[in-house]
Amino acid sequence: MSGWILVGLLAAALAVAPVVLPPFLLYLLALILVTGLLATSLNLVLGYGGLYQFHHGVFYGIGAYVAAVAITRLDWPAWLAFAAGPVAAAAAGLVIGFFCVRLSRLYFGMLQLSLGSFVWIVALRWYPVTGGDNGIHGIPVPAALQSLPAAYALVAVVVAGCLAALWAVVRSPFGLTLQAIRDNPQRSEVMGVDVRAHQLAAMVLAAFFAGVAGVLYVALERSVFPNMLFWVLSLEILVMCLLGGWFTFSGPLVGAAVVVGLRTLVGRYTEYWTLVLGVLLILLIFFLPEGIMGHLQQRWGAHRTVAPRPAPAGDARG
Amino acid sequence: MDAAALLGQLVVGLSRAMILFIVSAGLTLVLGVLRVPNVFHGSLYMLGAFVAWTVAEAAGFHPAAFWLALAAGPVATALVGLAVERVLLSRLYHREHLMLILFTFGVMLILNDLVKLLWGPTYRSLVPPPSLQGAVTVLGVALPKFNLVLLAAGPLVAWGLWLFAHRTRAGKVARAAATDRDMVAVLGTDVSRVFGMAFALGCLLAGLGGALVAPTTSITLGMDHSLLIDSFLIVIVGGLGNLWGALVGSLLFGVTQSVGLLVWPQFAVAFPYAVTAAVLLIRPTGLLRSAW
Repeated sequence: MSGWILVGLLAAALAVAPVVLPPFLLYLLALILVTGLLATSLNLVLGYGGLYQFHHGVFYGIGAYVAAVAITRLDWPAWLAFAAGPVAAAAAGLVIGFFCVRLSRLYFGMLQLSLGSFVWIVALRWYPVTGGDNGIHGIPVPAALQSLPAAYALVAVVVAGCLAALWAVVRSPFGLTLQAIRDNPQRSEVMGVDVRAHQLAAMVLAAFFAGVAGVLYVALERSVFPNMLFWVLSLEILVMCLLGGWFTFSGPLVGAAVVVGLRTLVGRYTEYWTLVLGVLLILLIFFLPEGIMGHLQQRWGAHRTVAPRPAPAGDARG
Repeated sequence: MDAAALLGQLVVGLSRAMILFIVSAGLTLVLGVLRVPNVFHGSLYMLGAFVAWTVAEAAGFHPAAFWLALAAGPVATALVGLAVERVLLSRLYHREHLMLILFTFGVMLILNDLVKLLWGPTYRSLVPPPSLQGAVTVLGVALPKFNLVLLAAGPLVAWGLWLFAHRTRAGKVARAAATDRDMVAVLGTDVSRVFGMAFALGCLLAGLGGALVAPTTSITLGMDHSLLIDSFLIVIVGGLGNLWGALVGSLLFGVTQSVGLLVWPQFAVAFPYAVTAAVLLIRPTGLLRSAW
């Protein structure tokens, strides 16, 4: 029950934020929410699905680019373009996932990296459409979204809705089956579960929500650039999940808040903010291997939303 | 497309492939023996180039110091790798792959920022000695002399690594540990020391790649840009932990890209990714036998 009270308090905080926060912090909060949705969508396949989704940023980038290209090159109405982004991301998830689910673990991740890098190169080099290495800037958004509080409101409402949907997914029979597959694929298969179909469906869903995050980024920043599709961003999102706790629902959100917050707040004082993040990550591995939220849940004795971690893949002692 | 242009591109592609091979050989060694996906491998490549430049600068860019500079890069990265392995990584071998990725990513962030701190964002270049400048004309095609050095360096490294793996005790133990580390430990070998050495050797190769590439490109932050992913893909396509696989993968990568430049210049860099994806779909565990 206390969990719902916490959720209610957070929702109330998000609602009053535009009134109490100065513009800079409001912008930061919106960015954290967008990144948090992106990381949570990754965790559907990473934490709940046990898939090595190494290039999740591709779906984020595709969502953002499709919306940006539809508005600036095709003159689509903005709202239609915003709807097209997640649909395109989900379609990309279906195509990339169709090939990837055939492979296991590390090979799954590597095939995804090569397909994703291919998409990145296309965005980087297809100047007439994507703007090449410059990206697309000054994307005209609807008049109703021009102000920061309005953009924030859109982000907050959509992210809250998507998180609720993702929560419903992980608690649904589908989500539980997905976790069963993660914990024991062979056994699930023997019990008659179509393992690949479930994994593919999870990838399409995760890609869809990553696409939503990409569109929200366009609404907030009014620009897209090829680094949204580069492997570094994908690794960063992965790290957010691990940092926050990939066996919890809220972990990726916390991880996103830490990384985005560090970049923006520490980045104001020193350009070496990634040094701080690097030290933090190493400390985390040694002292909080379950991630921030994983650790807190253990300490408070809260029921775990997810089963214990699977056995290490490499049985290494040395 | 005329033959001279093709030959020229082929040499450029092959020398790029040799650099990729040297770097990926280090990565595949660490993956095969220690089962660690080393994300800071690319940073060591960059570090190797910067250290080589600094040593050459300290010697006033004297031609004779050039080779010393090329040697200093890999030595420095081997020491960095050894320190990280002994102090931190050796305590984490029982953790799962994602945690090792998280750890090595943290080290990558730190190393990249240290390089930025020590060398700053300016572009630098390392000029080869006069005897290696200019080009040799073969069949009417001008081939840069230093590219020929690279063409020789790749096979030399491959030969040296093969000798290490098959002719030295340490190499044999490392290969045995890659197959069954518990059995090797039970037989009374200090596996941890072998791991430390294998990791240092892997890091040495990353630095060697960086030092060798330094005279052919500008040395700058972000020169490791897409190298890390490229070498991971090479390792996987060739067969994880397989030295010859790394060679095959590198050739595939370097040559498809440089020949692709003649076919469709704008998207040539996309060719290797398309080829690796195709290979993984047809042979999911790589072209040659994987060590896992």
